[in-house]
Amino acid sequence: MSANINTSAQGKRARKIPHTDEHRPKFIHQLANGGAETWLSAIIFGFGSFVNGQIIKGLLYLASEVGFILFYLTFGWGYVKDLLTLGTVQQGWVFNEAIGIDELAAGQNSMLILLYSVLTIATLVPLFMIWRNSVKSSYLAHERKLAGIKQPTFLKDVKTLLDLRYHMTLMSLPLITLTLFTALPIIFMVAIAFTNFDATHQPPGKLFTWVGLTNFRNIFFDNPKYKNSFGGILTWTFIWAIFATVTNYLLGMILALMINKQGIKLKKLWRTCFVITIAVPQFVSLMLVSRMFADTGIVNETLKNWNWIKDPIKFLTDPTLARIMVVIINMWVGVPYTMLMTTGILMNIPADLYESANIDGATAYRQFVSITLPYMLFVTGPYLITTFVGNINNFNVIYLLTSGGPLNQNYYQAGDTDLLVTWLYKLTVDRSDYNLASAIGIIIFVIVAAFSLLAYNFTGSVKKEDQFS
Amino acid sequence: MSTREIEHVGLSHSMKRRKQITNAAIYVTLSLLCIFWLLPIAWLVLSSLRGETKEMYTSYIIPKQFTLWNYTSLFTDTKLFSFPRWYLNTLLVAVCSCAITTFLTLMVAYTYSRLRFKWRKRFMNISLVLGMFPGFMSMIAIYHFLKAIGLNQSLVALIIVYSGGAALGYYVAKGFFDTVPKALDEAASIDGLTRNGIFWKIILPTSMPIVAYTALTAFIAPWVDFIFVSVIMKDNYANYTVARGLYMMIDREHMSEYYTRFCAGAVLVAIPITALFIKMQKYYVSGVTGGAVKG
Repeated sequence: MSANINTSAQGKRARKIPHTDEHRPKFIHQLANGGAETWLSAIIFGFGSFVNGQIIKGLLYLASEVGFILFYLTFGWGYVKDLLTLGTVQQGWVFNEAIGIDELAAGQNSMLILLYSVLTIATLVPLFMIWRNSVKSSYLAHERKLAGIKQPTFLKDVKTLLDLRYHMTLMSLPLITLTLFTALPIIFMVAIAFTNFDATHQPPGKLFTWVGLTNFRNIFFDNPKYKNSFGGILTWTFIWAIFATVTNYLLGMILALMINKQGIKLKKLWRTCFVITIAVPQFVSLMLVSRMFADTGIVNETLKNWNWIKDPIKFLTDPTLARIMVVIINMWVGVPYTMLMTTGILMNIPADLYESANIDGATAYRQFVSITLPYMLFVTGPYLITTFVGNINNFNVIYLLTSGGPLNQNYYQAGDTDLLVTWLYKLTVDRSDYNLASAIGIIIFVIVAAFSLLAYNFTGSVKKEDQFS
Repeated sequence: MSTREIEHVGLSHSMKRRKQITNAAIYVTLSLLCIFWLLPIAWLVLSSLRGETKEMYTSYIIPKQFTLWNYTSLFTDTKLFSFPRWYLNTLLVAVCSCAITTFLTLMVAYTYSRLRFKWRKRFMNISLVLGMFPGFMSMIAIYHFLKAIGLNQSLVALIIVYSGGAALGYYVAKGFFDTVPKALDEAASIDGLTRNGIFWKIILPTSMPIVAYTALTAFIAPWVDFIFVSVIMKDNYANYTVARGLYMMIDREHMSEYYTRFCAGAVLVAIPITALFIKMQKYYVSGVTGGAVKG
């Protein structure tokens, strides 16, 4: 399929030459049938293009090879050679006999060794691709020569970048940013999970090194405090995600049903009233709400003034109450959102279903349970799972409302309302326990991946299954 | 026929009454909910206009004295917190990252939607997997990387952070491009347009709503984020963005003095974003539910 599109315009030429793109000869095949210049192209990049008259192309291949070699010699190897140990020379005081005092001698920086090693190893991928292309274009040039076809000029090659190979032009920049700022950082952090890069091993003063699965063993079995924190926080994360998702979903849908009910006027005004709360940045609205419910906040002060209470209610500082409060306040944030999302879908429910239910005398509650809910669950299943995953990682609501507090003495650097993701944040930003944080990040990834897979399969089944009936 | 008509009238009469009662109940519920939902926002706006600036909380909601001082002093009193500077920082970062993000996102979306090549499926799967890692994880590494090349605590670093993940956020735009009829491309191709030409002259002009949506969401991000700024800027107050700066205004140290001014600043940030959001909510909805809703 893709081969066809890639070569469709080259079609005329392609048909004359055997073993071109369309047949996708294997790499070995290219080497075997590409003549001596193809063999040399595997060692000296661009050699085949060069001898076949594609001078600029050949030079570019060669220049990239030289560039890569220089990069490895002058920069990459200096870090990669220490990758297995992550450095052995620690920064420290060394006695300088000439002056007669201790001097601070620079040591190796484990963090930089790991960071640049990941970068260097990652450059093997483009190197491999250029190497592969060097052989391939040499082979193609050789075939063209045998068939007596004129080699395309460099200008012509460049022009295909705007048409036949336009995907290369468009993808190159996004791929570079994606690799540099998303993929490599993630690989680096995954590697960190297998080191002891914690608060007591901070470069440049200290070295850190590989420790295998120790961090995971600590979280799951060995370290009672870690184990305790992880178990507690994981459980709460799931409880939170379930409650936050279900409450928002049901209430948002009920709100949408109320606004869209026949005979209710000013629909647009009602909708806008609720939508405004989504539009106000969360750091503003949530900070504000958390201040309202503080021990000396406006809610407690007002209740005191009315003589309803004597001592402030510990809305956000009592463990259980704080957990209930974050779920309730989250409704304030999330219900309008669900309302907005479900409005369109609710309109699509076949009206005759309700009509016949009405004639049968079904109550509104009965209609909701037997018609609306099953239909909505069927259509919005994937959205529901995505929301659930989003709630597992709902950093803003928790961090802005309680900052994970109240602090739990049995936990390691965490509080009763902390989710895994806010715990991760605290461990990195407040504590610099990067190894533990990375291990937790990987665990979050596994959880998220599992549920996303579920959502994906759900979508698949919805697509296959024809109609809701 | 006639009996059914009579039945129908009788039924609709009692139903009409019932309907009126339910509707009244719904109006009451909606009004109550609206009050509940808008109260914090009303409180924010009223606090920003409050003349009694020395008190952090008042037990009454409507201020005794109205003033615009909170707003003006944000721009005049820049001794400790330089709101104008933060505002310009945010504007600069937002404009740059908006331009970069929009370009990258649309390029990727168009490629995945229209061009077929060997690695297409694989790239999309890799993107999906990368998107499942928590954002902070890459954040920390980026911070160390920027520090190693001496870019940390700078606005450039912030632009990089906000636009670095652009290639992952193509879903909404791709969904939109998918709905643009392929016949347009084919016709243009017959007329001799290259794929480059089709992208610029056919697809982009017919997809202006999604261009606007992508640009706006990218533009809004720096105004509302305070986490990435915290990690990148640490204590470099001068390079804070509005969100991070306002966040600092109500920490324990400064809250009592700056509370009303925080409210004023928050209103200044919220107004344009709210306006943009209400304008763009249609695309927002279709973007999020696009995968879920059939036909």
